[in-house]
Amino acid sequence: MATAEVRHELFGHAEQKNYLNCSKGALSWLLTLDHKRIGIMYLIGVSVALLLAGFFALMLRTHLYYGDSSFLALKWLFGEAANYNANKVYNQMFTLHGAIMVFSFIIPSVPAALGNMVLPMMLGAKDVAFPRLNLASFYLWVFGTGFLIVALMNGGLDTGWTFYTPYSIETDTGVVYATMGAFILGFSSIFTGINFLVTVNTMRAPGMGWYGMPLFLWSLYATAIIQILATPVLGITLLMLIAERMLGIGIFNPKFGGDPVLFQHFFWFYSHPAVYIMILPAMGVISELISVHAQKRIFGYSFIAFSSVAIALLGFLVWGHHMFTSGQSIVVNLIFSAITFSVAIPSAVKVFNWLATLYKGSIALNTPMCYALSFIFLFGIGGLTGLFLATLSTDIHLHDTYFVVAHFHFVMVGGTLTAFLGGMFHWWPKFFGRMYNDFLGRIGCFLVFAGFNLTFFPQFVMGARGMPRRYASYDPEFQIFHQWSTIGAFVLGIGIVLSFAVLLHAVWFGRKVAGNPWGAGSLEWQSSSPPSFHNFDHKPIFHDPYDFDALVYDKGLDTYVAREFMDPNQVPERVPVTH
Amino acid sequence: MFPQILNFLSQADYVNKYVDQFGPNGARSPDSSYWFPEQASSIARSNDSLYMAIFWVSTAFFLAIVGVMCYFVIKYRRRPGVCPQPSSSHNTTIEILWSVLPSILLVWFFYQGAWDYLISKYPPEGAEEVVVTGKKWDWTFTYPDGDQASELHLVLDRPTKLVMRSEDVLHSFFVPAFRQKMDVVPGRYTYYYVKPTMDGIFRVFCTEYCGDNHSGMKTWCHVHKDDATRKAKTEWINKDHKAWENGERLFKLNCAGCHNINGVAATGPALNAIWGSEESLIDGTKVKVDENYVSESIKYPNAKVVAGYGPVSKMQTFEGKLSNQDIDYLIAYFKHLKQPGSGDTAGAPATGAEGNGSAAPAAEPAKTEEPKAEPAADKPAEGTGG
Repeated sequence: MATAEVRHELFGHAEQKNYLNCSKGALSWLLTLDHKRIGIMYLIGVSVALLLAGFFALMLRTHLYYGDSSFLALKWLFGEAANYNANKVYNQMFTLHGAIMVFSFIIPSVPAALGNMVLPMMLGAKDVAFPRLNLASFYLWVFGTGFLIVALMNGGLDTGWTFYTPYSIETDTGVVYATMGAFILGFSSIFTGINFLVTVNTMRAPGMGWYGMPLFLWSLYATAIIQILATPVLGITLLMLIAERMLGIGIFNPKFGGDPVLFQHFFWFYSHPAVYIMILPAMGVISELISVHAQKRIFGYSFIAFSSVAIALLGFLVWGHHMFTSGQSIVVNLIFSAITFSVAIPSAVKVFNWLATLYKGSIALNTPMCYALSFIFLFGIGGLTGLFLATLSTDIHLHDTYFVVAHFHFVMVGGTLTAFLGGMFHWWPKFFGRMYNDFLGRIGCFLVFAGFNLTFFPQFVMGARGMPRRYASYDPEFQIFHQWSTIGAFVLGIGIVLSFAVLLHAVWFGRKVAGNPWGAGSLEWQSSSPPSFHNFDHKPIFHDPYDFDALVYDKGLDTYVAREFMDPNQVPERVPVTH
Repeated sequence: MFPQILNFLSQADYVNKYVDQFGPNGARSPDSSYWFPEQASSIARSNDSLYMAIFWVSTAFFLAIVGVMCYFVIKYRRRPGVCPQPSSSHNTTIEILWSVLPSILLVWFFYQGAWDYLISKYPPEGAEEVVVTGKKWDWTFTYPDGDQASELHLVLDRPTKLVMRSEDVLHSFFVPAFRQKMDVVPGRYTYYYVKPTMDGIFRVFCTEYCGDNHSGMKTWCHVHKDDATRKAKTEWINKDHKAWENGERLFKLNCAGCHNINGVAATGPALNAIWGSEESLIDGTKVKVDENYVSESIKYPNAKVVAGYGPVSKMQTFEGKLSNQDIDYLIAYFKHLKQPGSGDTAGAPATGAEGNGSAAPAAEPAKTEEPKAEPAADKPAEGTGG
């Protein structure tokens, strides 16, 4: 084939000419239509949101270290104002922690940030179908998050991220700002969903059928369906809430004949599917990580692919399980309980498939794989504790206690955040052309894992013993669990900061790597690292993404290439590299 | 910031102090298990059994998953020069098996959970009804004979249906020892069935977020061995008590949600030292707190709003809810808070100086003096429909 220089340019480390340095200046970033740059801007944005909301989490955990509100960590922040009210500040902390984490971090984290960078390249495409819509989606994210921050500065927000009526109608905090923020963030999410849906439908590389797509794409596709179908309901609900607050239209306010439970139905009709917006892409990431770093064809491809779609569809039918104690009818509770159990099956199937993929593989215990294994552990607990909550009689006792808090954190943080970090460590060499310090990366992973368990496992015990959630103070019997939980939260925080530090350090100081250091089969790894502005400087050749035998190790480039691109002067080698 | 950090560290022995104070089990009852508080209702035992069944099944699955994972990771870890071994990437039989077999367990969980739930939702005919009113941020319980209390008093082994309604926002009535919970929803009635099977005192929480003092909206549930014991605890006969004690009771039932008596301002100003003081109003004038001002503020909260709580008072009128006699009792209570010993006259408003000389005749039935916390004209009854 081509000369050594050309091969290096196509598949090696692209120092000179890549999407990061092809144009310069702030505007070349702010007005870019390049999906990779938008992805990186998203990445910076959601990371800031994560750190901000994580900071709130540490504040409220510190507050809870003492059960009687006597330790006023928050007072340092909010000054010695005469009307300082510990409960009020605590309530605002948990509300903003939840709202920013959910709307500004978790929902866009994997799809908008990682998805933007990876999805078009996985398809072998130059960009997404609608690059301008993509940029608009990012700016909507900025504005929406800005509204949440404005709410924070204008009297705060103390409704909980759920905005339950009628409290959200009568509180004097910034509900309108915050709901506007969530409304705008909803549009950002819809734009991303539409874009991905169309891109996957129309821009697959020649030869790539639906069953040739990497599973990450299946999960993003399923996510896009939910984003497009469910998010408008949230938008309308939030607009009605604003109308109720400002005009008193009497939909949700019992004083005017409205029904507050109706709001809960509307809200969860979006927000339960939103749970799958959060977890499905994470599952897709894990499918890639497990398969690539074990150098093993994914087990039960079609079961995993269709379990994503099944989860997406069934996810629309289970919202009522958030409302078992709300006063909805007994029959409705029975139906929702039954359907909720049915969602457990496709989730379990995925876990079994991942395990079977490891069988007889060549498992590299690098940072991405550590995160993937950590995901299986934590998501296992998160999923299994869902059984206690799907069961009607036990849920009645556990509902709105710390058991629920622990359960959804195991899924959202132990699942989505873990997969997000794992995905970052997996694709970082691709997008920055540099390898991070793997040892420190694994230390970070371990701290996240250990800190997370220490934070949230005690909350299961507290919850079963009756500790209600959203309490600024508590009875003495729960103190010891709260203290463990607070210590764990700080360990978790240190782990996350360390992981970010390791990644950032690598951008400038990491060892240079070529196009495909992991030996991954999906198309994004056929480009140079970092990729060029057009993603590929050659026509990518489609292979089954999980056919690792189609790849050979190129000693000259120190990377894997498809057999078609093999250096004719070398003997093909199939053995996985140990770094 | 350093002094605070040092302060934080110096309290590191807090845990030890805590153990000294509450014992190694905290404040837990000796009847409680590791996961649960004591089983104090008829449904608690089967609820806990199902929980433990799910717990052990989940633990088995979890250990199997993590065990297999660890085994594979060690056995098939990457070794220099070793290729992954070929193995099947698809096996319909095994995939269908591991989808269907766990489903059978799930059907069992669903069935058992639904069954226990149904039992807990259908009180038997003739169950005693107690009305529960939730408002920010306290509970009021009204018994069949009209007695009221801010703590719940139940009778052992007596099926009881709590009929619940909210005066403002969502609340949720939760007694962990009963394993039972129900939201208290404005605009509709909800209910909660319990048959206590253990006498003692149990925690009551509000578990639906309801604003600033959500975590303070908790009380106690007393389960009595028989009716007589309960009667002694719940019945309140005004003439048997000093006027300020009547006032204190009325205060707890009507005012304590917004007014503290510990000097800390809440939704409204603290009222412990208010009697006789000069209060600044939002229009800049001052007013002396006397009988007329208290009475006016209870009946017409917006007439004179204290500076810092305006421009419009958040307080609702108690005109029609509290009688003049009730207001007299409250006045006696404020006097008592200011200076214990004043307003001590039994059963009647404090004599003489208050000017409200009409001491309640001892023969007056106590019931007519009960606070009217359950007025029939209250709005939430409208527009309900389940």
